[in-house]
Amino acid sequence: MNDVTQIWSYLAQDPLLWLTLTLVSYVIGDAAFRAAGRRPLVNPVLIAVALLAIMLRVTETEYATYFEGAQFIHFILGPATVALAVPLYANLGRIRATAVPMLAALVAGSVTAIASSVLIAGWMGVDRAMLLSIAPKSATAPVALGVSEAMGGAPTLTAVMVILTGITGAIVATPLLNLLRIRDYRARGFALGVASHGIGTARAFQVNETAGAFAGVGMGLNAVLTALIAPLLAPWLIGLVSGLN
Amino acid sequence: MILHLTILLLYQLGGEVAARVLGLPLPGPVIGMAALFISFVLFPKLAELIQPTTKVLLAHLSLLFVPAGVGVVGHLDKLSAHGPALAVAIVGSTVLTILAGVGTFLLVGRLVGARDE
Repeated sequence: MNDVTQIWSYLAQDPLLWLTLTLVSYVIGDAAFRAAGRRPLVNPVLIAVALLAIMLRVTETEYATYFEGAQFIHFILGPATVALAVPLYANLGRIRATAVPMLAALVAGSVTAIASSVLIAGWMGVDRAMLLSIAPKSATAPVALGVSEAMGGAPTLTAVMVILTGITGAIVATPLLNLLRIRDYRARGFALGVASHGIGTARAFQVNETAGAFAGVGMGLNAVLTALIAPLLAPWLIGLVSGLN
Repeated sequence: MILHLTILLLYQLGGEVAARVLGLPLPGPVIGMAALFISFVLFPKLAELIQPTTKVLLAHLSLLFVPAGVGVVGHLDKLSAHGPALAVAIVGSTVLTILAGVGTFLLVGRLVGARDE
């Protein structure tokens, strides 16, 4: 009995444990996703996150301890983002051919993301600091956090909104667009990348490479546009909502 | 594999440095992606070279968001009283954004006659 406690207290402090459990949880999530016929509702990220959250709660482990192991996976996000240049380049011809609709969709999507989140939350009585935190939620995490902080929002809160937005987009995009009978995977992928950044892009790659490549472009372009327009749009929209309330 | 990873990390590092030196409001990896893309246009062989590694990285892109996702769970209580309003805003706004993006893409695509190759 004492041995078990000793082994646990050793392992609990070692990065190996939570690194392994992160992979195990994702493998389970991915297996569930496949077993469910690759249905988007059975999102592997959501399943893995839920499993790990339960494990952390049960073992009373701090997130900082968990992250000591998980940081090795988190770190790969950087090089993986750089790697998005490959599908981007592979689809260069198709991307160039759709430059005009893509830029129009970027502006429409980016403005809609900022305006609708601020207006909906504002109408429902959410306060100013939280509205500033939700406004850049469709941009990729590092951009959204920077924008939120610069506007006077709460970056931690923005991180929560960004992740939830990503998972929401990954879950709703396929059923929503199938319902509307939209079969153009360039449009589908691009809109999902704009709306739901990297998590949406990851989902788009599960569908096909065309959707994934266009999602990667959407994510990258919306990172730029959100950084430029959110600081201008969000305070104005908040003024608009508070005038109505 | 090691060479490929080195190339990716060099571009990321370059992106981080560029973001700070030039004061760009963009994350280093996004700048690195743009720089690598430009390099592919200039040296098409480079894309072919690193493709085996980038394929593996991108095939499991979802996995990489799990640690950040777990971090979010601990902060869910901060949403407190505003939880339902924020949930409605996130779901509503995400759906509207996807619809606006897809709709505009298809509409403008039809107007300018951009066909798939």
